[in-house]
Amino acid sequence: MKLGVLFSGGKDSLFACWKAMQHEEVACLVTVLSQNPESYMFHTPNIHLAGLQAEAAGLPLVEMETAGEKEAELLDLKRALLEAMDRFGIEGVVTGTILSVYQATRIQRLCRELDLWCFNPLWHVNQETYMEELISSGFRVIIVGVFSCPFDASWLGREIDRRTLDELRRAAKKYQITLTGEGGEFETFVIDAPFFSRRIAIEEVSRVYQNYNGVLRIERVELVEK
Amino acid sequence: MILVIDLCYRDGSLSRDEFVGPVMRTLQEAGAQFAVRHYAAVSAPDLEAANAVILCGTALKDTGFMEHPGRFGWLAVFERPVLGISSGMLTLAGAFGGVAEPCPGIGMTDVRVIAPDPLFDGRETFAAYELHEFAVQVPRGFIPLAVSDRCVQAIRHRSLLLYGLLFHPEVRSEWIIERFLRLAEPALSV
Repeated sequence: MKLGVLFSGGKDSLFACWKAMQHEEVACLVTVLSQNPESYMFHTPNIHLAGLQAEAAGLPLVEMETAGEKEAELLDLKRALLEAMDRFGIEGVVTGTILSVYQATRIQRLCRELDLWCFNPLWHVNQETYMEELISSGFRVIIVGVFSCPFDASWLGREIDRRTLDELRRAAKKYQITLTGEGGEFETFVIDAPFFSRRIAIEEVSRVYQNYNGVLRIERVELVEK
Repeated sequence: MILVIDLCYRDGSLSRDEFVGPVMRTLQEAGAQFAVRHYAAVSAPDLEAANAVILCGTALKDTGFMEHPGRFGWLAVFERPVLGISSGMLTLAGAFGGVAEPCPGIGMTDVRVIAPDPLFDGRETFAAYELHEFAVQVPRGFIPLAVSDRCVQAIRHRSLLLYGLLFHPEVRSEWIIERFLRLAEPALSV
């Protein structure tokens, strides 16, 4: 079955993509570029690098811009999926949704409207197992957004390796948040994945941070051999 | 031992983590012993070893399991506790002559308990996650236990612990699976 993966550049969508590749044919990635930094549906930091990640993965990318207003952005996603159906013949959609019933409900309804299969391979996953598998299977993920206590400026740019995962565990326990940042406590960017033919080397970044709220904007990057 | 049956389109499919995984996780957290089989691979020894069965759901577009009603004939004579979830409810009801009818539902819905039963004991209403293209006519020998505005959401056999739930209890209503485990406990300890 040919599938399109809803793609944000973060760990969940790329891990879902990798899962999908093990069962079906991933024909393209689909990204909605939200102009709204508080998009209801789509994660936004560094989404401008989606094209580079798609190139690293060797997959075509369908991009669609949205103003990021609550329900209107679903129409933009619909346009993106219609284009993916037209250009790449996708028969289904894959998402990296873990716990959000809000997100799952909207994507499921849209898929039904378009007569597409809908796959959510991380749905209600054991988050401990998932994060371990993410690291052990060769994903390299950095934190590019922090949006709640205890994630201060020191977390921006950190790679989620075993040491960071231990700290995330402690933070998750103490502050009663999910290990995966499902509540939007932090956002991630994938610089390498087991299916990337090249990895992303970050050359220059800028930081905007204030009071447990910040973004690491990746200014200059290049693809390098692994 | 609980036999968890995967109704998805293929053994080891991309849907398995979504529809079987969360049920497995709930069982693990409850300390229950279980084995998972795809519906096309369920054998007579699997059924003999099972003290209870959970039939899991499928993706909205996944109706392949409905094309093989003969594979589920054993449900009509199984007599041990069964929990059919969404597509699993259609499968259970189908084994007793219940006909599926179009009734799509996606998202959270309010479920109202209409007949007393230990599965929902103490709850008159609760919110549940539904993801279904069809609902089912209540088959002969079953009673409706709970409804939403549009569909029968739960049924039970008149005398056996055979339950069908249209909604997905593994999403935000795990307590119902835990209740089922407690109700099935005498069978599980045999």
